[in-house]
Amino acid sequence: MLKGRQNAAQIIILFFLGLMVLLAWHSGLSNTRLLNDSLVRLFMNGILVLSLLPMLKVGAGINYGLPVGIQAGLLGMCAAVNYRLTGISGLFAALLFACIGGVLFGYAYARILNLLKGKEEIAGIFIGFAFVFIMSFFWAVAPFSNAGMLWPIGGKGLRPTIGLDNYFSKVLNKLWVLNLGDIILPVGMGLFFALLCLLLYAFYKTKIGIASTAVGENENFARLSGIDVERIRILAIILSTVLAAVGICIYAQSYGFVELYDAPLMMAFPAASAILIGGSMGAGTSIIQVIIGTFLFQSVYVYTGPIANTLLLPEVSEIVRVIIVNGIILYALLYEGRREKA
Amino acid sequence: MKTYRLVPLIFLLLSSLGLVFSEMSPSFVINEVITRFIRDGVLVLALLVPIAAGMGINFAVTIGAMSAQVGLLVVIIMQYPGLAGFFIAGFISLLIAMVLGYILGRALNRVKGREMITTIIIGFLGNGIYQFIFLAGYGTFIKPLNQEILLSRGIGVRNMVDLISYRNIMDKIWMLEIGSIRIPLFMILLVLTFCLLITYLMNSRLGQQFKVVGQDINKAETLGFNVNRIRIQAMVISTVTACLGQLFYLQNMGMMNVYTAHQNSDIFSAAALLAGGATIKQANVRNVIIGVFLFHSLFIVSPQAGQNLFGNAALGEYFRSFVAYGTIAVALIFNLREAKRAVH
Repeated sequence: MLKGRQNAAQIIILFFLGLMVLLAWHSGLSNTRLLNDSLVRLFMNGILVLSLLPMLKVGAGINYGLPVGIQAGLLGMCAAVNYRLTGISGLFAALLFACIGGVLFGYAYARILNLLKGKEEIAGIFIGFAFVFIMSFFWAVAPFSNAGMLWPIGGKGLRPTIGLDNYFSKVLNKLWVLNLGDIILPVGMGLFFALLCLLLYAFYKTKIGIASTAVGENENFARLSGIDVERIRILAIILSTVLAAVGICIYAQSYGFVELYDAPLMMAFPAASAILIGGSMGAGTSIIQVIIGTFLFQSVYVYTGPIANTLLLPEVSEIVRVIIVNGIILYALLYEGRREKA
Repeated sequence: MKTYRLVPLIFLLLSSLGLVFSEMSPSFVINEVITRFIRDGVLVLALLVPIAAGMGINFAVTIGAMSAQVGLLVVIIMQYPGLAGFFIAGFISLLIAMVLGYILGRALNRVKGREMITTIIIGFLGNGIYQFIFLAGYGTFIKPLNQEILLSRGIGVRNMVDLISYRNIMDKIWMLEIGSIRIPLFMILLVLTFCLLITYLMNSRLGQQFKVVGQDINKAETLGFNVNRIRIQAMVISTVTACLGQLFYLQNMGMMNVYTAHQNSDIFSAAALLAGGATIKQANVRNVIIGVFLFHSLFIVSPQAGQNLFGNAALGEYFRSFVAYGTIAVALIFNLREAKRAVH
């Protein structure tokens, strides 16, 4: 399935993870707990990583413009909170609003990216960054009325973090929880993630899905066989954006807070390195790779926290994560660079 | 009219509007802009060579900036004060910058066509490693010779480090005062000297080689140029220039935020250069000078303008951050489109 140097990155990460498991065991931390947390974090972050897939498969590279979709999701959640919608239905209302926003943002984003074929990644980074600040402006002036979202003093502009406790915090995490001794399985959230994976899998069996893979594998060939390349690309980019919007809603309900302003600025990079560690290979990336990659990445994430804490340097865990995230992306860039030359 | 020629005009319009709405005194703004010019001018110059060599914007100028900070931290830890200390810091920084510039060049030779994204990631990675060294290393694998900058828990350097013994070492030379406008003549001349040096470099034999490689890498290869070597040279020059730029910046600030001082040097330098009418294919010293003035005027006036217009200074800050990132995004979009049109 995976060959040669690409595998090296995974071996390094697995080795690193093995070391962490030993360290955790040595410092008396429960590995079952930590792996359980990693699984929960897979369901929590998985959709954000999954959202990179449609763009990868259509040949638009890794979507570093992830903040565009995330903003749509934030907008959806803010709308739901503004109307004080609660519980599972509140979450689904937020998801609905998020999807509408995702389609609109995704369409505009796709039109821009269609001008920039082959350079989507670098353009995406800056479109994403710039959009974060457009939306920051919006959050500060938007006419939301629920006082629980606004600055307590002055009552104008949204707060940087909005607690979801009174709305739909952890509703999916708490849906159908299975207790197996030490292990706590959030079945509802797991099923939701699995459902989206299956839907995406089914999508790639349809005619449009197959056409999209064809565009990713060889654009000219796809064009010659009568596929409307521009339209397929727009569709794939919208799909990526909508999934990102859904992804941040699931993440936020699990985290318990909606984080606005510059919080989404760097969110694309952990997602990118998760998909890369899964062994992503451009248009050939599979959903299984997304799941494996996210799980490996989140395990590293979960393990660095308590271990850094026991070594008495809490801030260091964040720095180690930054090094890991960017180390993985850089490795993939350098490796792909060599492959293209060969 | 080509789009990128419009960019300086848009910036001129925005910063003039900002000036009017901020109700700041023009002499204050001019003073500030002059300060920014001597602080950031050389950092922006660092972007020129890689652009000429066809590698796009070098977002890894942060690596050069971090080298400067490492040099300064070394002399602070070893406690060498004054001008001598500053020179030792400069020497150490430049050595580090040369080595890192070489490594950067080597890395970028493996990713031809995707240099910009690689420099961004290398910048982030370097930032992580740098922070790790000083936050977790000082007091563990680095001996904490200077207790003053040690965090109270015994590991890690403090956030803010005083550069008081190096502060304005160069700024104070030949300070002119015209009315309420203060002009640090020596520093301005120094920055302008660097401008001239870069211009000279671009017209030298090496500069011509950069341009040939930048225009068409395959053609340069068939003409017998050692493309990889030339590109490495471009990165070394850029990183070293960025390192010097950060040294000037920090001696002007007089304080160093150890963990964040370097962080936006790439984005602000790139946005300033593009504001001056540069593109990711073509940039010259004139773009640097115009760009720094336009971009930083906008930067200075926008929070106050936001305060006066909307009653919220944060809006002005979001606006200027948007302008910084947006300028780069727009430049990328238009340049890539033009490049594509040229191919078809």
